[in-house]
Amino acid sequence: MVGLSHYLVLSAALFTLGVIGVFVRRNAIVIFMCIELMLNAVNLAFIAFSRYLQALDGQVFVFFVMTVAAAEVAVGLAIIVVVFRSRQTVRIDEINLLKG
Amino acid sequence: MEALFFYLFGGLALISSFFVIFLRKPVHNAVALIFTFFCLAGLYLILGAEFVAMIQVLVYAGAIMVLFLFVIMLLNLEEEEAIEGRGNKFRRWLGGFAAVVVFLLLAPVWLMQALPVVKGTFPPEKVQELGNTVWIARLLFTDYLLPFEVASVLLLAAIVGAVFFAMKRM
Repeated sequence: MVGLSHYLVLSAALFTLGVIGVFVRRNAIVIFMCIELMLNAVNLAFIAFSRYLQALDGQVFVFFVMTVAAAEVAVGLAIIVVVFRSRQTVRIDEINLLKG
Repeated sequence: MEALFFYLFGGLALISSFFVIFLRKPVHNAVALIFTFFCLAGLYLILGAEFVAMIQVLVYAGAIMVLFLFVIMLLNLEEEEAIEGRGNKFRRWLGGFAAVVVFLLLAPVWLMQALPVVKGTFPPEKVQELGNTVWIARLLFTDYLLPFEVASVLLLAAIVGAVFFAMKRM
């Protein structure tokens, strides 16, 4: 029998993988993908709770999370393209103009 | 039956998210991430969230990942990745340490077998009666009307921002 805790542990594992990716990778686009992975892990937890608490509010929240993710990706990728135009790289080690 | 599909989709999601992190080329990462999103859509179907599963495939696997692939191909990052091999040792260790800490913080949910909860007002029979989508639409346009409108303003702001960045000649 698959219970709520199974889904929550899977969600935690996916979130952890996203965190590892943000630390390990240096490519801004891949870091963006890892952030998407973390958002999806949270969505999975929302849906699992929505099922096991018998309330649909979790699914509505996932809808909003997806809206925010879409907006974030559109603007974020536009920023990455602009940065690439000016610096010819997307490695975040080399994008340090704002560093004091 | 539910357990079989849970372990199938969950295992595939975990494996493909490993590929998202550890494959070298960004295009491979993006394809692995699309696969992860499909597996998560399968999990949502098991959990009885048909609407969200469809939105997951259409918006995430369809729109967002196409945008990612488009930008990756636009920037042509192939030779960028060659340098990434010699990573900073300290950063690797920091990443591993942070991962362990995060998982240890999140994983105790394993122990919470019985949550002291009040059940909500949407038992599966009631949802099945009209369908998942109808109920979500009713919630969106009644209880969550204000967040829904705010989300539309957010999308407008994102459109304006993206067009502004795209127009800027630097």
